[in-house]
Amino acid sequence: MENNNKISGDLLLHTGVNVARCYQCGKCTAGCVLASEMSFPPSYLMRLLQTGTEKNYERVLQSKTIWMCVNCENCLGRCPMEIDIPKVMDYLREQSLSQKKAHSEAKPIIAFHRSFLDSIKFTGRLYEIGLIGAFKARTFRLTQDVTLAPKMYMNGKLHLMPEMVKDRKGIKEIFSKTIDNPKTKNK
Amino acid sequence: MKIGFYPGCSLKGSSREYNESVVAIAKALDIELVEIKDWNCCGATAAHSMNEELSLSLPARILALAEAQGLKEVVVPCAACYNRLMVTQHELKDEGKRARVTEIINMPYSGELKIINVLQMLETYAMDKIQAKVTKPFAHKVACYYGCLLVRPHKILQFDRVEDPQSMDTMIKLIGGTPIDWAFKTECCGAGFSVSRTDVVVKLSGNILEDAASRSAEAIIVACPMCQSNLDMRRAAINQSLSKPSDIPVIFITQAIGLALGISPKELGLERHFVTVKL
Repeated sequence: MENNNKISGDLLLHTGVNVARCYQCGKCTAGCVLASEMSFPPSYLMRLLQTGTEKNYERVLQSKTIWMCVNCENCLGRCPMEIDIPKVMDYLREQSLSQKKAHSEAKPIIAFHRSFLDSIKFTGRLYEIGLIGAFKARTFRLTQDVTLAPKMYMNGKLHLMPEMVKDRKGIKEIFSKTIDNPKTKNK
Repeated sequence: MKIGFYPGCSLKGSSREYNESVVAIAKALDIELVEIKDWNCCGATAAHSMNEELSLSLPARILALAEAQGLKEVVVPCAACYNRLMVTQHELKDEGKRARVTEIINMPYSGELKIINVLQMLETYAMDKIQAKVTKPFAHKVACYYGCLLVRPHKILQFDRVEDPQSMDTMIKLIGGTPIDWAFKTECCGAGFSVSRTDVVVKLSGNILEDAASRSAEAIIVACPMCQSNLDMRRAAINQSLSKPSDIPVIFITQAIGLALGISPKELGLERHFVTVKL
């Protein structure tokens, strides 16, 4: 399909989603459990993208909306046009990161994702104590959940030592070829 | 019978009772679980929120390992891992993406592995056996909570109904229980925001608990470690926000089945929950 607009054209290329197909029925917004936490709800985001203007695209990339979406996929489940909004959200988050436009309130969310991925990069599997330690260091939320961890440990839900994959080099390479690769980083 | 098994990180850590109960009932139902060797994390929400290629490569390595091990079918009990593996297999049908990802993981990948969740495994291989082996009917009124990632996106997962799913309800009836009709079967619990935005989890999970409580459910039944930990481990914080604090336990479907099969609560990891399970 030909699309001369740079913004919606790029979106179509990278996600397969044609934003013009949205007819603003609002079902995504009605079903979105996080709409009230967003700068504007998902149907409004779709409308901003449809306009194809740089100004509105900036609003989208700088919004809380893209970071408050937790990809529950309810919007997609109920969209009469089967528009994959969660996939659009993933793409927009990458763009927002690479253009350094992420909303300030998204900081703890991004800090959590980074801490999670760091844990995987070094051990191949999630090391929960390492994840929480790194998250606290990134956000200075030092006292958060201090009562939770001892009970988790008592109930056998926390391992003191990480589980490691054997092929750690293979895992590291996956990271260096993707998120840590300056060439393709948040392409 | 033998089937491949991807436990994923949660089942080895904060939701180890899910692993314990899956292993216990598989044994009781003569299903041999063959763990994928040297498996890694699927990347979860963090990977797909930050980098698409990473979010496809991590699950692709898991699928490639399973293929190399000669497995034809793999059961993935964690709804989030199940979702990521299914979505990856779907995305890698695109030739360009598949070429790039196999280059990143440096392993051959055919995409022919069959990926199933724990309910599909039981529906396909164990319904008759479960029925025959129920020694202690699970005579409780419960709310089956499916959450998001087990049933959406339907186009890719092709599992159950996207609104008002029934597979867990059917399973509960099979073991002698009574599933209730309720409004929050597939509403989100807040999932990956558990640590970064606990306030959101408290609000969303609170709504779910309140509805189950108001319809006098004795327990909430889940098939996702994130749903379980948000509703269970975050209960103290949730209760502070509710007008009527709730002590409804949240147990995995595999634990409910295990109880019905006469397996001890200890072996099913029921004493590991934060909210005491008295069923």
